[in-house]
Amino acid sequence: MNHNEVHPMDRLIRADRMPHIWCPGCGLGTNFTCFLEALNQSGLDPDKNVIVSGIGCTGRVPGYTNIDSYHTTHGRAIPFATGLKLANPELTVTVFSGDGDLFAIGGNHFIHAARRNIDLKIICVNNFNYGMTGGQFGCTTPLGAKTTTSPYGNYEHPFNLVQMAAASGAVYVARWTSLHVRRLTNSIKETFAKKGFTFIEIISPCPVSFGRRNKLGEGLDEMKYYQENSVIKHGIDPNEADLNLNGKIIVGKFIDIDKPTFLDNQPKLQTPD
Amino acid sequence: MSHDPAIRTGEHFLNGDEACAEGALACGCRFFAGYPITPATEIAETMSRRLPEVGGVYIQMEDELASMNAILGASSAGVKAMTSTSGPGFSLMMENIGLGIMMEIPCVVVNIQRGGPSTGLPTMVGQQDMMQARWGSHGDYEMIALCPWSPQEMFDFAIRAFNLSEKYRIPVLIMADEVVGHMTEKVVIPPKEEIIRLYRKKPQVPSNEYIMYETNGSLVPPMANAGDGYKVITTGLTHNEQGYPDMTAEAHEKLITRLCNKILLNKADIVEVEERELSDAEVVVVAYGSPARSAVLAIKKAREQGIKAGLLRLRTVWPFPEAEILKLAKQAKTIIVPEINKGQIVREIERCAKGNCEVILISKLALIHTPDEILEVIKNRRL
Ligand SMILES: Cc1ncc(C[n+]2csc(CCOP(=O)(O)OP(=O)(O)O)c2C)c(N)n1
Ligand code: SF4
Ligand SMILES: [Mg+2]
Repeated sequence: MNHNEVHPMDRLIRADRMPHIWCPGCGLGTNFTCFLEALNQSGLDPDKNVIVSGIGCTGRVPGYTNIDSYHTTHGRAIPFATGLKLANPELTVTVFSGDGDLFAIGGNHFIHAARRNIDLKIICVNNFNYGMTGGQFGCTTPLGAKTTTSPYGNYEHPFNLVQMAAASGAVYVARWTSLHVRRLTNSIKETFAKKGFTFIEIISPCPVSFGRRNKLGEGLDEMKYYQENSVIKHGIDPNEADLNLNGKIIVGKFIDIDKPTFLDNQPKLQTPD
Repeated sequence: MSHDPAIRTGEHFLNGDEACAEGALACGCRFFAGYPITPATEIAETMSRRLPEVGGVYIQMEDELASMNAILGASSAGVKAMTSTSGPGFSLMMENIGLGIMMEIPCVVVNIQRGGPSTGLPTMVGQQDMMQARWGSHGDYEMIALCPWSPQEMFDFAIRAFNLSEKYRIPVLIMADEVVGHMTEKVVIPPKEEIIRLYRKKPQVPSNEYIMYETNGSLVPPMANAGDGYKVITTGLTHNEQGYPDMTAEAHEKLITRLCNKILLNKADIVEVEERELSDAEVVVVAYGSPARSAVLAIKKAREQGIKAGLLRLRTVWPFPEAEILKLAKQAKTIIVPEINKGQIVREIERCAKGNCEVILISKLALIHTPDEILEVIKNRRL
């Protein structure tokens, strides 16, 4: 890249932290750009936007974002973000983290924050494994997939994240892949405009830790796979949107409802002076 | 004087847990996240009733991992925040007490100690988490831990804990015990004007000149809150002054040394001990929390019997009052340490006494020592 060139999202990026740590062919760069684009288009004041993550390759996103950013501990982004949001309701608080972070070690926090309808924007990059630690299986790894700790093929049933989000009470639930740049960006924008606990799952290539062990090819091959196998089904029951290793990927917006948030419902008794 | 519903100025009859909650509110705490646990539940109950009255937020989290993170988040948004727990929950908080230390986020954690390990003895007293308070999260760091001995001190120390946490940008622990948490006594809440309420130093530079962890010669950097426009960047990873991850030995050495020094080099401001009858004492009881109450009577009885006995009460246990103990060890022949554990703080006292005097532990589990039990040891000492 020509170093004099200014990235259109420059004001939202910590350019002095580049190059980033992500591998060639990783989906994270694209996912990150969609988030920045959505923030840019939303017209929201970046100074009132906060981004929080746990640990993992995905968890490095906040550190590259030029807004208030908190890179917390593994699994704990949601409760940290809960504190931020409840302490200052003016803030728009996004949690941007990985499948393992949000649903394995942090799964309990996810379901409870959704149940309480805390006004948080959750974006989960699902690359079907623990990328950062070199590719172990996790709670989203498809049956049969090979990882460094499932050398004979994964024999645990995975979560269907959109089903889990919907069942836990999220007011907005969507799934896209890293290929669906425009739709993903629009979806993120929609969640910025929506009050309550929202959830977007991004199916994303991790060629280095996951793809190569499962003969999914390079990052580009995975993108081709998404192109050929994604099926948009807005509004379907998220129960029917489960994923497997070589099957169709159902994407779309599944839930978009309204209900009072935690802050709407909390007692307001402040006695006048 | 305007009425402030957060400060119940006057004389009250409160238990230690309630007094602790009132102290926090009086110091400006407006966010509480917790998970119920005996014998700390009354703190959460009081907060759930009182916080909505003062425009604050009470949230009952799904566990203590979440509670700890929620208060770190709330404090990062600029609101003074607290959680309370006992042993099992304290164990779950350890991970993110470390995060608070690393990110330098002020907050207060109250542990009303009961018997452990594991679920242990929920309704009976303990002082078994004293070393966990010091070393329970992984890595090297210094800790601030206060040990109240009465409901009045539960109130006073809640205020002091917030002030220390804001001043030094660190989670501060109140290491109380079940006896102090559950006993009811007179608590005096002073008028608002008499309550010192510190708030973190805010950056004085424009946002484009702000560097997250630049200390400018002091040991504690100013803190921007989320939403202030300073583009906070912080991480639990080892980081440089900018707040950027820096995976080098130099960065690690520099950061961890500063995090330790900001406490160690300010011990004169942080450490507090109370001395009773020490000027001529030959045998000294060193105690903290509820056993110190029995020690008061024990040394009184000893004096009546002609024994030159005194008491050093540790109001702060971490950082440890090393110099005070060494001085005492050079003066006294015997130090007696009653603890409701198998011997934790006594190890620190032995370390600091450097062999200058005899050190005797009176270990008791699940119950507070009686004055006579302490008196017996005072009388039967060898030296
Ligand atoms: C408490 C704890 N356990 C384990 C780890 C090691 N660890 C770091 S990242 C990670 C997995 C991250 O997976 P995911 O959230 O899916 O993120 P990805 O790297 O795939 O984006 C693990 C297990 C840790 N940092 N903390
Ligand atoms: S390990 Fe996978 S997820 Fe992590 S940066 Fe590399 S390709 Fe991306
Ligand atoms: Mg992953």
